[in-house]
Amino acid sequence: MVNMAVDLGGLKLRSPVMTASGTFGYGTEYLGAVDYSKLGAVTAKGIRVDPWPGNAMPRHVEVPGGLVNAIGLQGTGVDAFLRDVLPMYARQVYVPLVVNIWGGTVEEYAEVARRVTAAAHPAVGALELNVSCPNVKAGGHTFGQDPKVLYEVVSAVRPATTLPLFVKLAPNVPSVAPYVKACEEAGADGLSLINTIPAMVIDVETRRPVLANRTGGLSGRCVHPAAVKVVYDAHAVTKLPIIAMGGVYEAKDAIEFFLAGASAVAVGTALFTDPGVVASVHDGLVDYCERHGFTSVSELTGALA
Amino acid sequence: MARNEQTVVIEHEDAGPGYRFLVLDAPQLAAALVPGQFVHVRVPGLEPTALRRPFSVFDADGGRVTLLYKVVGRGTEALARVEPGDELEVLGPLGRGFPTTSAGMPLLVAGGYGVAPLHFLAKRLKDSRTVLFAGGRTKDDLLALDRFEALGVEVCVATNDGSAGTQGFVTGPLDEALEALRAQDEAFELFTCGPDGLLKAVADRALAAGMPGWISMDRHMICGVGACYACVQRIRRADGSEFNARCCVNGPVFNAKEIVW
Repeated sequence: MVNMAVDLGGLKLRSPVMTASGTFGYGTEYLGAVDYSKLGAVTAKGIRVDPWPGNAMPRHVEVPGGLVNAIGLQGTGVDAFLRDVLPMYARQVYVPLVVNIWGGTVEEYAEVARRVTAAAHPAVGALELNVSCPNVKAGGHTFGQDPKVLYEVVSAVRPATTLPLFVKLAPNVPSVAPYVKACEEAGADGLSLINTIPAMVIDVETRRPVLANRTGGLSGRCVHPAAVKVVYDAHAVTKLPIIAMGGVYEAKDAIEFFLAGASAVAVGTALFTDPGVVASVHDGLVDYCERHGFTSVSELTGALA
Repeated sequence: MARNEQTVVIEHEDAGPGYRFLVLDAPQLAAALVPGQFVHVRVPGLEPTALRRPFSVFDADGGRVTLLYKVVGRGTEALARVEPGDELEVLGPLGRGFPTTSAGMPLLVAGGYGVAPLHFLAKRLKDSRTVLFAGGRTKDDLLALDRFEALGVEVCVATNDGSAGTQGFVTGPLDEALEALRAQDEAFELFTCGPDGLLKAVADRALAAGMPGWISMDRHMICGVGACYACVQRIRRADGSEFNARCCVNGPVFNAKEIVW
């Protein structure tokens, strides 16, 4: 019997398998197709103060080993989220929800955090700050490309919430270490690594970018080794728990993340191909722990030989 | 609620040059599907990370689900190679389909393989008189017309090259029929699936006549369940406000009045 429970900076989960923000809607869309009993937490699509329309179409293009998307954070505003989305989720799903938030200004981040926290809904387990979406100019990316700015936004949100606070960081920085330290010093409870990698696809016949946004973010199996490196580098400089994501298609990918230093993993793009990935990753982790003599999945964290 | 069902291929045959009928043994799915809904297929033979492909349902009856598709790219080329006995992972039923009762005479308007969901719809409609207007570039793009005739549907065709029926767009014979109905003051309801140009033409006619129009949109999709927001269409709500609806869950069938082209 392997203990699959993990504690992510105060968020206690029965399973270390989560979903990545932006790939799982607001948590109910995959009911019937995903085995929710194997999920530790659901991370919802990003919300902000007001609803956001997202980018023009086309918003995605398939590439070898993954996809490039520029959805542009289309999503609901915090009020509609608390009034409509959250109660609907809580009626149907008994898995803690991590609420992903973003804003155009530091104050907006703090305001969303404050309102979600004030609602004190029992289904909400934590907040995740998105400071790394490559597809929105104002907000998202701009806060995650300078450690000083990152420190400011995390410091502003910290007093606005009593919930565990995770920060989702970008992979496209020379070194992740100063960003990790900025989050730590500003009082974050955990890190989500990685967001998509900025990418571009050009139609050579029309000589135009395929995406309406021109550029997008790369996700899927092809980003996995890059993500493992970022998790490894981050774990080397912090004790904060790391939720690792980027190309988890099978248990082996999740195990790599754990060995590199993750305390939990999230599946994302793989869901689009196989909603069964939640169960297969969970069960594969149990099987691996049994075969290698680990009694608890948390023993895998950073357990590089 | 959508389920990921392991189905078995029963038949896989040509529906015309470059078009295929794929018949699946899929009892749960067949029982749950309504016309206009779609399924998301994991295509064997593609790399394991390949995204699923969405397909309209041509028929769902007696535990079997029939898809009608055109071989257009890498995914459908791989799908065309599956054989009877092969297993196929299918997520469905997905999306919001057509209404299956009609306030007036149902007029079905199809472009090419857009006949697929309209055939399933024709089977469920109980009206005494239903007409299909089918258009294609050539006669080779007119599909499954015998299957509509077997249901008692009147079939009217047009081809761009004149190789079958009226020469030109299918809106030619459609407009003649609409004019006749107008002269008789007879109510009708439009149901359409095909290329965007045709969809807009049909939606315009529904609005101009003040009759209901149901538009099935074909969009590239990622998740198929409303989770990723990749397949959006601008939609106008009753109060006049607009939003980016997801074709996979808010559609693929939209009311002609809602669509912002």
